[in-house]
Order: sequence, then C-alpha cells, then structure tokens
Amino acid sequence: MTQYIIRRLLATIPVLLIVTFIVFTLMFLAPGDPVFLLVDVEQTEGLNEEQMDILRHELGLDRPLIVQYGDWLFNALRGDLGTSIRGSRQVSDMLKSAFSVSIELTLLAMAFALIIAIPVGIYAALKPNSLGDVLGTSLAIGGISAPNFWVALLLIYFFSVKLGWLPSNGFTRITEDVQENLTKMVLPVVTLGIALMASVMRMTRSGMLEVMHQDYIRTARAKGAIERRVIFNHAFRNAMLPVLTIIGLQFGALLGGAVVIEQIFSLPGMGRLGLDAIFIRDFPVVQGVVLVITLSYLLVNLFVDLLYGVLDPRIRIS
Amino acid sequence: MTAQPLNNPGDPTPEVGALAVPAKSSRTGFRYFLRRLFKRTLPRIGAIIVLLFLIGALFAPILTPYDPINQDYDVVRQPPSAEHWLGTDDLGRDMFTRILYGGRVSIFAAFIPLLISSSIGVTLGLIAGTVRGVVETIIMRVMDALLSIPSILLMIVIAGLLGPSLLNALIAIGFVGVARYARVVYSETLSVAQREYVLASRSLGKSTTKILFQEILPNVTAPIIVIASLSIGGIILAEATLSFLGLGIQPPTPSWGSMVATGNRYLQLAPWMSLVPGAAIFLMVMAVNFLGDGVRDALDPYLSGKL
Repeated sequence: MTQYIIRRLLATIPVLLIVTFIVFTLMFLAPGDPVFLLVDVEQTEGLNEEQMDILRHELGLDRPLIVQYGDWLFNALRGDLGTSIRGSRQVSDMLKSAFSVSIELTLLAMAFALIIAIPVGIYAALKPNSLGDVLGTSLAIGGISAPNFWVALLLIYFFSVKLGWLPSNGFTRITEDVQENLTKMVLPVVTLGIALMASVMRMTRSGMLEVMHQDYIRTARAKGAIERRVIFNHAFRNAMLPVLTIIGLQFGALLGGAVVIEQIFSLPGMGRLGLDAIFIRDFPVVQGVVLVITLSYLLVNLFVDLLYGVLDPRIRIS
Repeated sequence: MTAQPLNNPGDPTPEVGALAVPAKSSRTGFRYFLRRLFKRTLPRIGAIIVLLFLIGALFAPILTPYDPINQDYDVVRQPPSAEHWLGTDDLGRDMFTRILYGGRVSIFAAFIPLLISSSIGVTLGLIAGTVRGVVETIIMRVMDALLSIPSILLMIVIAGLLGPSLLNALIAIGFVGVARYARVVYSETLSVAQREYVLASRSLGKSTTKILFQEILPNVTAPIIVIASLSIGGIILAEATLSFLGLGIQPPTPSWGSMVATGNRYLQLAPWMSLVPGAAIFLMVMAVNFLGDGVRDALDPYLSGKL
C-alpha cells in the first residue's frame, strides 16, 4: 500500500512538470514585453533599443525559454516561487493566505452538496417516478446547465437584496470570527455546491437503480436481511463507487468554479488572486496559482483512488 | 429478363433495411437516428428551444424594431413593459433585442471551439493510437497533464494571456477541449487497430495514412459525435463565463455573458439586466444538454433506457 502511494506520488511529478512548462510557454509567448512589467516606468523611459537589450540581458529575459524555465523550476524546488511584480510580496505567502480561503470554500461546498445529493439520490432511486424523484431529477438537470455566476446573482438578489438575510459579499477569516465567517460563506458555498450536488444526485440515483437489480441484493433479501440493511450495507456501498469518481473529478471543477464565485462575492481566494494576476500579467503569481490548484487536484484524485480500495476489497491494490 | 429481383425496388421496406444494416445506407441510417433521437420528450423540448433561439438570432432585425447598440438615454433601466418586453439596460437599449443579437455570439461562436478541439484532438488521438512508441507517450502524457488542470482555470489563463477578445476566448476554449477528444479517439483507435479488417488491409499493403482515414477514422466517428454533442453546452457556458469575467467579447457587441456582467452592477436597481440574460444562457445550455444526451442515447443502443 505504502509502495503504491509512493509510486502514485512520484507519478504526479511529470504531470506537474508538463503543466508548469505549458503555462510557462504560454507566458513566454504572450504578447507584450515582460521588461515593462519587471522594471519601473522611470527606469525604461528614454532608453534606446540597445540599452533595453542590456536591461533584458541583466534580467535574464534574453535567455532561451528552456533555460528560463529551468531557472524557475530550480527556485521552485527550493520553495522559492519568486515575488509578485506588484508590491514585491513573496508568491508563496500570497498563495498560503489565498489557499486557506479557497479550500474552506471548496470543502464546505462539497459537504453541502453531498449532504443533500446522496439522500435525495437514494430516495429517487428507491421510488422511481415519484414526485420526489421527478423534482430531484429536474433539479439535477437544471443544476448542471445553470451558469454559476447566474445562480450567484439569483441567490444574492433573493437572500441579500430582497430578504436581507445574508450579506452579499465580503470576507472574515475563520480565525477571527467563526460565526461571521460562516454567515458570509453561505451564499458562495451554496452557489458553488449546486453543480456538484446535481451530478452527485444523478450518479447516486443511477448507481442505486443499477445496483438494486443485482443478484446479491436479491440474495440479501432472500436471506431475510431487513430493507434498511439491504439498502445501506449492500446497495449503497456498491453504488458509491461511481459517485466517488465523480466527486474526485468534480473537485477540479469546484476549484475552477471557485475562480468565478470568489470574483462575485469578493473572497480573497486562489481564483481571485489568479484572475487579478492574469489581468496585470503578474506571471510568478499565475504560475504559482496553477501549480497549487493542479497539485491539490492530483492529490484529491489519489485520495479517491485509495478510498476505492476501502470501499471495494476487490480493487484493493496489492 | 432471366432472373426476377427478390425485392421489388419500389417496395417500401425502409424499416427492415434500417434495422438490419443501419450503417450501410447513410440516408436511412440518418433517418433511423433522427427517429430514435426524437422518440423521447427531452430531446424534442431541447430541439424546440434551440430552434427558437436560432430563429431569434437569425431574424433579429425583423423580429424587433430596436437596435442592439444605439443608446437611448430617455429609457434608461426601465423595467419590463409592453414596449420593452424584457426592460432596458443602463444605456437605454432594449434587453429583448440584445438577447436576440447576443444569441448570435453565444450560438454561432460555439462552433469555433468545437472545430478547434475536435480537429486537433482527433488527429492527435489517431496519431498516438497508430504510430505508438515515443510519439504516443509524449502526446498522451501531455494530454493527461492538460486534463489535470481544472478546465475553467486553464481557459482563463490562456484567454487572459492572449488578451481579452472573443476570438482569443474561443481559441482558449477550443484548446482546453483537445485532450478529451484525444483520449477517447486514442483508446478507440487502439481497439479498432487490432480488428481483423485493419490487419487485412495492412497485409494487403495499404499505407498507414490510408488505413488511418479509410479504416480507422470511420469506425471511431460515433464516439467523436457523442463528445461533440455533449460538449456544446459546456462551450456555450464557457464562452459566457469568460465574457462575464471580461475575457471574452468586448462592448458594445452584446453577448449573454457580458450582459450579465454589466447587469451585476445594477442588481438592486434593475435586477432584470443580469437575471434575464442569465436565464437565456441557462435555457440554451439546458436545451443543448437535452439534445446532447439524446444524441448519445440514440447512437448507443445499449445506453438508451438507462439514466
């Protein structure tokens, strides 16, 4: 088991290398001269082309792409992701502070989605074509198609503007005031959770529907197991496998969706950090954000694969 | 006349013919496909909604007396009324008109990313699946890496680095879709390449290129069509999201996503400005998803009835 985990962890290295290299190349190819981003306007003012070349040389910008990437990689391996071009803050510090916001948002959204989606999905499968099933299924189809920024605005309109129950934006750190933090997180969490809720509900429903027709369910009933035991011990455990895959895959969508949500609700998370950085071409920050989000996505999927083994002894990795 | 034909050519027996050999005749095959597609309610509802939006976008100048761009400061931020069915925006432009014209961007722009990702993705998948070796490893590793970046993040990074414009947004969306086609076409190619008819044409001395296009490609088209039809909803959503973030189409041209972004600032004073175009995106994406699901089920007889 330990060996498997180590092997999987090692396998993330080439992926991270390729991802960071792709992003690095994109930034290298992006229009605009990076000199103007790295140096104050006063310093470049009135310089002729020759002096600009000297400046480029001093900053190492005239080196080939692969050398510049190697340089970045070497520093990154020592934990130095560079400094932001704006305000010269350490990128790693900025990422740390933003990551805690995004991860809270993502985990709460996931919890919200699962708490609602799994019971409704099971209910819908056990009572197909009932009113609850039809309502749940329509909600699921709607949830997948609704743009999250629109859902956010609908929620803000009803719960903040009309009813005045919840704040429409702003952020308080959970370490400062837990209640304040949670109140301000309600709308972003619900918005972000809806899409995941929809797909988990669909998956739970179809998974349960399929499993309930299996021979081992009939066997369990035949040996006299009570219905609740049949549903939760025999059916649910097996129906959860595809659901787990969806959760792992959707985690990436959650992290990505957080970019939009954080923008609307003005939360100082990874998405907001990355988006602001892209608009001002703050390359070290962009690279850092992509690196951290990709790494967490890979790790979550590794965790999901390990959970597979826990749920289904047949896939337990030798 | 020496031999009587077994069947009278005029004899209408398309039912049997279509069921027995659906791939033989593309005409009956396509009709059979359409019948399967529209047998169910949701694809039918989807088709009607898409058709309405299409008509609205194409015939916008006939359907509405207003102009989508000219400003009219006498009717700024008016709620829905008889003159302005869906109200007006902050520059006095009719919202219904802008939704119709905005549909042109949202609907027709969807085909550019679709073409980019399917053509590049299918080519890469075919190459990786037939050439094998180092080429295969490089292509598929890069595709796996691309799939491990959350797609919306990658789109934002690419669109942002290329600079905010509709074309750049569409390129970004198309680029992000490549990996999905490549993965599926790759695994399909691997299995098709082992079939007897491919081995037969190889032993007959056909070139790799000919085998690729004549034997393998036609046999991997069904999954390609399925991915394409399932991805259109996502493309429309992605274009709207990028436009909402200011990375897509630039003012004054209307698009649903950028209309929501503008309306966002007036949520208290004029909620229709953002909620109505958002509803248009929602309806369109849902309709396209209904159709996409229908296409998948119609192409895969084993799947229909499930889910």
